[in-house]
Amino acid sequence: MQSLQDFREETRTWLEQNCPDSMRTAMVQEEVVWGGRNAEFTNPDSKIWLERLAQKGWTCPTWPAEYGGGGLDKDQAIILREELVRINARPGLTSFGISMLGPVLLEYGSHEQKLEHIPKIVRGEIRWCQGYSEPGSGSDLASLATKAELQGDTYLINGSKVWTSYADKADWIFCLVRTDFEVPKHSGISFILFDMASEGISTKPIQLISGSSPFCETFFDDVKVPASNLVGRLNEGWTIAKRLLQHERTMISGFGLSSGQSDNGGTTSTISSLEGTAMSYRGDSAKLSDPVLRDQIAQFKIDSDAFAYTSTRSIEESKQGQGPNATSSMLKNYGCELNKRRYELMLQAIGSQGLGWEGEGFNDEELQLTREWLRSKANSIEGGTSEVQLNVIAKRVLGLPDILSMAQK
Amino acid sequence: MALVLSEDQQLLKDSAKSFCEQIAPVSLLRKLRDSKDELGYDQAVWTQMIELGWAGMAVPESYGGFDFGHGGLGVVLEETGRTLLSSPLISTVLIGATAILELGNETQKQQLLPQIVAGELLTALALDEHTTHRPSRVATTATKVEGGYSLRGSKTFVLDGHIANKLITVARTSGETDSEQGLSVFLVDAAAEGVSIQRTIMVDSRNSSNVQFSDVVVPSEALLGDLDGAFESLSKVLDIARIGVAAEMLGSIQAVFESILVYLKQREQFGVLIGSFQGLQHRAAEMYSEIELCKSVVRAALSALDDPEKSSQEIAVIASMAKAKLSEVFFLVSNEGIQMHGGIGMTDEFDVGFYIKRARVAQQFLGDAAFHRDRYASLNGF
Repeated sequence: MQSLQDFREETRTWLEQNCPDSMRTAMVQEEVVWGGRNAEFTNPDSKIWLERLAQKGWTCPTWPAEYGGGGLDKDQAIILREELVRINARPGLTSFGISMLGPVLLEYGSHEQKLEHIPKIVRGEIRWCQGYSEPGSGSDLASLATKAELQGDTYLINGSKVWTSYADKADWIFCLVRTDFEVPKHSGISFILFDMASEGISTKPIQLISGSSPFCETFFDDVKVPASNLVGRLNEGWTIAKRLLQHERTMISGFGLSSGQSDNGGTTSTISSLEGTAMSYRGDSAKLSDPVLRDQIAQFKIDSDAFAYTSTRSIEESKQGQGPNATSSMLKNYGCELNKRRYELMLQAIGSQGLGWEGEGFNDEELQLTREWLRSKANSIEGGTSEVQLNVIAKRVLGLPDILSMAQK
Repeated sequence: MALVLSEDQQLLKDSAKSFCEQIAPVSLLRKLRDSKDELGYDQAVWTQMIELGWAGMAVPESYGGFDFGHGGLGVVLEETGRTLLSSPLISTVLIGATAILELGNETQKQQLLPQIVAGELLTALALDEHTTHRPSRVATTATKVEGGYSLRGSKTFVLDGHIANKLITVARTSGETDSEQGLSVFLVDAAAEGVSIQRTIMVDSRNSSNVQFSDVVVPSEALLGDLDGAFESLSKVLDIARIGVAAEMLGSIQAVFESILVYLKQREQFGVLIGSFQGLQHRAAEMYSEIELCKSVVRAALSALDDPEKSSQEIAVIASMAKAKLSEVFFLVSNEGIQMHGGIGMTDEFDVGFYIKRARVAQQFLGDAAFHRDRYASLNGF
């Protein structure tokens, strides 16, 4: 058995030799690597870095080596993360396959399904999207109505999804469908995977208040999906759906960390130091001259540090292989609210220069800040609203009587 | 940085918890208050705490202590906070022993620390002179006289002043009021001529006092630490004390929150448990989140104290973070403690009132949330 110290040294040496210099700088939005059939590498080093990481399975360090993962235990994974942080290495791959689908597929998928999909996630060959929300099913996700009917060994899927992040760029979708309309809503849902290139699928981007269109409406019109693509048991998809949401919430909660990696909702590219920015825009040198803003920034930073400690503690406390638990709702809610606070304070910090929309008179960072501030408002809606997270905490963590139990009866 | 307790710390915490529940529940504080107890703490309980070794928890073995670190003392303080145990643990162990360790010379440490560990010496820190905490704002003077110093001035909010044998007194030996330069610390016998101590009955039923020094002469050996240059070491002492008080507050906060949860699951109105109301559920869930952050900050701060690689600056930052955060959350939870219990929360018979009273005193002690946010900002250069 290799000692952890040896592992650290080997890892350090490997990273020194294999991580390109440009991959040791802060991530910028345009260079985030999402992978997929049509993967874009605006920086050629990104491709090299991804391939090298994927070769060792280190895009997914703790996943089983059998399916292409890194096969590391928890302690080794911590060391790898520390060593990556030490050289300021960028994540090689950002994907919903890694942060959402992979963990539940490993838990609930068949051996064949894992063999087919996991290695492609590790290598970034397939880009996944999430078919969850529907026009009539937001917070009440379990009321979803997209229908899957079994005809022989094929499911026929009809219906529509909304807020499908990057559906227009994704190769495959993991999707919640109703397979039984006669039973209570939670008991008739199944979890199924299919190729977005299948006949009968169309997508339409939705323009947001920030001006960007990361989300889509997705329509299914007689889409044929092999029955073998169903994950877990028929009509037991809700369990998988909830499990996946825990992983999603853990991912989103990372937006609350100042070191959180860029993803579809949070970014650290513009926001570096709130206090430094506030002082430079005001021309302050020793001390921030606005005492109210100074107090608010201090309070924010204290909460932000306390949150970071809590995130770390949650990882330390969770036993190996256990993954996220009900505290993921707490972290998701707090992290999102923190991220929103950060953008509001940043806007206050730079004053009218933070209100530009486009064109002359503003630099790129200022214009990006305006958009990111607006985008951050979705943090407390996506992945379950803050109110839903508070419901989950009240019920699952605090054991308070279920507010919805009467409504469901 | 250890954010989870070690096995030894967990064992200590469990035993402290059962001690406090069985020997020193809130009813003990109630009894001391109602009987207008002269001492304001129970000597028999304090003796048992000494026997358990709590007074030597963070004292090195070379001075008669048990070298269990601040992480150890921290979990004990957390448990005493749960039941609002009134004892000299904060004044003498958390602050007194720390002051002697940080400021004292070898002779002073050899002489005084074993006495604290054995429960033979009680101390009180005489620092504040105004209604709000600002450690440099010291007008009390100590002037050089034949063979020693003469102290003149008055102090307020002196925790355990009326039971202490020695007052750890901060005085100005040079410089202007509010200057960090020119401060010195003296060990003054509480019985010395010219010392007058007036016990003040505070809302939290703990011991506090006003102390007057009227030309009190102390010998040269009474000087604790550097002449004129005590501020830096004093700040370290205060930071350790702030973190310890934050740990105590964490225990109190959890006790209130647990009481709220019990009530939400037992009180019925409109034919249902009030805990099923979303208006209360969300507030409870938000408190839970804030308390989780508090736990992490306290663990991080305590483990920073036991990490020899941490600089005084780093400890100052995390101490202010902890005291600010815990003060803020104790304020929130103690208020909700009353509101969510409804009318019963307003009754003296129910314990939650003791916690809101303790909350306001603990919030202000050694600097409130606003003081520490200001300090945190300055320490971080903005």
